Amino acid sequence: MANKQPTRAGKDYVRTVPNTWWLKKKTYALFMVRELTCIFVGGYALFLLALVSRAGDEAAFEALLRTPLLIALQIIALPMVLYHSITWINLTPKVMVVFRGEDKVSPALIAGVNYVAWAVVSGVILWIACCKG
Amino acid sequence: MELLSHDILIVGGGGAGLRAAIAIGEENPKLSVGVISKVYPMRSHTVSAEGGAAAVIQPNDSLENHIYDTVSGADWLADQDAVEAFVKEAPEEMIRLEHWGCPWSREPDGSVAVRPFGGMKIERTWFASDKTGFHMLHALFQNSLRYENVTRYDEWFATRLLTHDGRCQGVAALELRTGQIRAVAGKGTILCTGGAGKIFPFTTNAAIKTGDGMALAYRAGVPIKDMEFVQYHPTGLPGTGILITEASRGEGGILLNKDGKRYLQDYDLGQPLDVSDANHPRKLTMELGPRDRLSQAFELERQKGGTLQGEYGDYVHLDISHMGQKKIDKKLPFVRELCKNYAGIDPVSELIPVRPVIHYVMGGVDTDIQAATSLPGLYAAGECACVSINGANRLGSNSLTELLVFGRRAAQAAVRFHGETGDIATSEIMAQGEAEQTRIRERFFKPSGGKETISGIRAELQSAMEDGAGIYRTDESLRTACNKVRELQERFERIELADHSLTFNTELTTAIELENMLDVAESLVHSALARTESRGSHQRTDFPDRDDESFLKHSLAYRTEGGDPRIEYKDVVITSLPPGDRVYGSK
Amino acid sequence: MAASDTAKKTVSLEVFRYRPDQEDEPTFQTYEVPYKEDWVVLDALNYVKDTLDGTLSYRWSCRMGVCGSCGMMVNGEPKLTCSAFLRDYYPNPIRIEPLTYFPVIRDLIINMDDFMNKLTDVQAWLQPKEEKPVSEGEYLQTPAELAHYKQYTMCINCMLCYSACPVYGRHPSFMGPAAIALAQRYNLDSRDGAADQRAEVIFTHDGIWGCTFVGDCSRVCPKHVDPAGAIQQAKVTATQDWYKSLLMPKQK
Repeated sequence: MANKQPTRAGKDYVRTVPNTWWLKKKTYALFMVRELTCIFVGGYALFLLALVSRAGDEAAFEALLRTPLLIALQIIALPMVLYHSITWINLTPKVMVVFRGEDKVSPALIAGVNYVAWAVVSGVILWIACCKG
Repeated sequence: MELLSHDILIVGGGGAGLRAAIAIGEENPKLSVGVISKVYPMRSHTVSAEGGAAAVIQPNDSLENHIYDTVSGADWLADQDAVEAFVKEAPEEMIRLEHWGCPWSREPDGSVAVRPFGGMKIERTWFASDKTGFHMLHALFQNSLRYENVTRYDEWFATRLLTHDGRCQGVAALELRTGQIRAVAGKGTILCTGGAGKIFPFTTNAAIKTGDGMALAYRAGVPIKDMEFVQYHPTGLPGTGILITEASRGEGGILLNKDGKRYLQDYDLGQPLDVSDANHPRKLTMELGPRDRLSQAFELERQKGGTLQGEYGDYVHLDISHMGQKKIDKKLPFVRELCKNYAGIDPVSELIPVRPVIHYVMGGVDTDIQAATSLPGLYAAGECACVSINGANRLGSNSLTELLVFGRRAAQAAVRFHGETGDIATSEIMAQGEAEQTRIRERFFKPSGGKETISGIRAELQSAMEDGAGIYRTDESLRTACNKVRELQERFERIELADHSLTFNTELTTAIELENMLDVAESLVHSALARTESRGSHQRTDFPDRDDESFLKHSLAYRTEGGDPRIEYKDVVITSLPPGDRVYGSK
Repeated sequence: MAASDTAKKTVSLEVFRYRPDQEDEPTFQTYEVPYKEDWVVLDALNYVKDTLDGTLSYRWSCRMGVCGSCGMMVNGEPKLTCSAFLRDYYPNPIRIEPLTYFPVIRDLIINMDDFMNKLTDVQAWLQPKEEKPVSEGEYLQTPAELAHYKQYTMCINCMLCYSACPVYGRHPSFMGPAAIALAQRYNLDSRDGAADQRAEVIFTHDGIWGCTFVGDCSRVCPKHVDPAGAIQQAKVTATQDWYKSLLMPKQK
């Protein structure tokens, strides 16, 4: 009858989202890779702390560094950290929006400034390491 | 058993409907409002309006100018008292919308910007880049969310007005999700259901523009006024009919025939200025003439062989390339996007193919200047109504403003009526709701034994309208159309639905919409046949002159059971502007 | 068929069907439709409904990419079917499903109640910081001030971004890209004064902090609103506000 609380003839169909959702799309998979690289960034930070804590005993630290395990770690960590840095620098224009009057400063410029800063800081550290150490 | 009931009902959740709901939310928050819409409000067709909304704000402009432009644009068929009220309330309504967040485009000093538009002597068209309707609708919709006294019934399709004791007491509506027809009662009901462009084959209009509210009123005995006046917008994309806004001409775009000539100069619309001239585009001339004249010029140019031929019929070119990429991206970004997606061209460097397509219906439910219809308790506002401020031809950018002014007027009138009226006859209204449920089920779910299809009848209707009631009409073409509509109404009885589901049955809604379209078409062709003169957008090659003596009147089409509609006439209200000639193109 | 007839080009649509009145589980139905160079997927669906199968149900209206009705999954990607051209898929079959991460009411029609509620939850309306009577005219807003929030006004509520967001897919309590971008639209509007009220709603676990910046929402957005950008910018604002409240606790 027209004015009773109507019962529906059926119900909504709900599609479940599986735990493997991140394998369904290329963009999702790349996202997961980006997120996983932070393990390597964190791991490398721990490594740097270990370096600092062994600052007095350079020989022992150098011996540690020559072990196959740590060489492997360095080889894997470098591209991971680079990927992490590049993806995040490329995303900085989304986070930092700068207006000049009515126009947005181009995203390429924002990312570019970050790349330049990265290069400058890296250059300074390399210089300290090679020429001052 | 409970009857769904509100103080005021609004059918249609577009610009006019939302403005009416907000008016009650602001001015009478103790009254409960039900907004019944067959689509979610942000899908309403207001969303695709592009160019702008007119209201006087320049110091060198005046209400008198806006009145004159509107009345002359309407070829003197507009009621001048309605136009005066409209023009006067327009600026305040537009500022109110700005206060509700509408992102109007601005001058460097922060004040609202205005642009030139067709048929307007002075710039007064407010705009939000070239998506004005979109921004207005979203501003209204988002603002409407704050009022607790407004309840929305999204995806409920009103199928019948429920009347008793000589007044409208509510509507019966199909709740799409459950397939049930529910009666919803209200002491005042406001129809804001939009126009009916889909009765023609080439239109800027969306699928939902099927004249539902007009049909509801028509069947309840309310006359449809001036339905013969339908507007062809001069620049739609061939085939899809997608709108290329008049603003592209307001910003300096020009129309070219197949030889690259600005052909409008041959049709009494003045002389062209070079696009680099500081005074181009000159208002009231050439491409800034009124829409009816530009569409007629296209048709005449076509008959002369000056148009180009394409897969979807004849067309001409709209050229905005001289504006340059920067100006196009700033002022007409949506136009550029539409051209690239749907015409496969970039207007920065290429010509846009355009032709006249049906865009707006000047006619509609007959109302007075308070938006009241002849049925007590029933009001109408927006494109579905005919007050009339648009007369025989509407000026671009008046209709978006009309939504605001008359949406509010309708709400105020409905509220006044509510205060003066007795209670709803609850059991009677509920019984009518149940009867409507039975009627729809029997009408559409029983086997008809026929082989007619919805899409077949619809295509034949659209063809008949374009052939018989297009830009130029004759007695013969209109009689053919009248007979065809009658034939299609009979054949419609033999439609059989494949979908008998109760859950979101869009075949059922399409059938109901087609029935509404047939009713609206009937009122259109018979009104057109009876008007033996040419005025504005109604052009008869057998009666090429305007005949004020016989026809300075509105036509009123009354539905007659089992027969042709009865056409009556009512005088146009003339106050300050005695009938004159429309003059475009002079210095 | 005469030997001179050339075979008309066709394309295959594999369409998700769900008729709750009749079945508990959805199925797929295949339709052959004509291939035309300028047709969009919506044209193909309309051909099916008009001539092959009137029972197919879906939402559509403007067919020009501004009403937001016709969002569906096309070959696994959320798209407006009025803007997805057959020529980009032909001659391969095209799989059409309702927008993912939403419950399905019927065929290609999703239940969008959750989204509509979220628009109200984020207080998506202007609350001016200064009172100004209408008689005094408009609030002044320079073109530069308008540019600051203009991009976020362009959302057509098509919900493609929700169908791209795995956070929303796994945690429907997440406010989602469009709702937060709309809140930002008002927060960045120079006339508005309710950023603090909205902060209470969106600077939360189910608000901006639920977002892990997958960024797919911005990729699929047909109007280039960039909701991912809006959310990250809101995170910056939220963080700045937090530091301010720590360092200058007396200031509101």
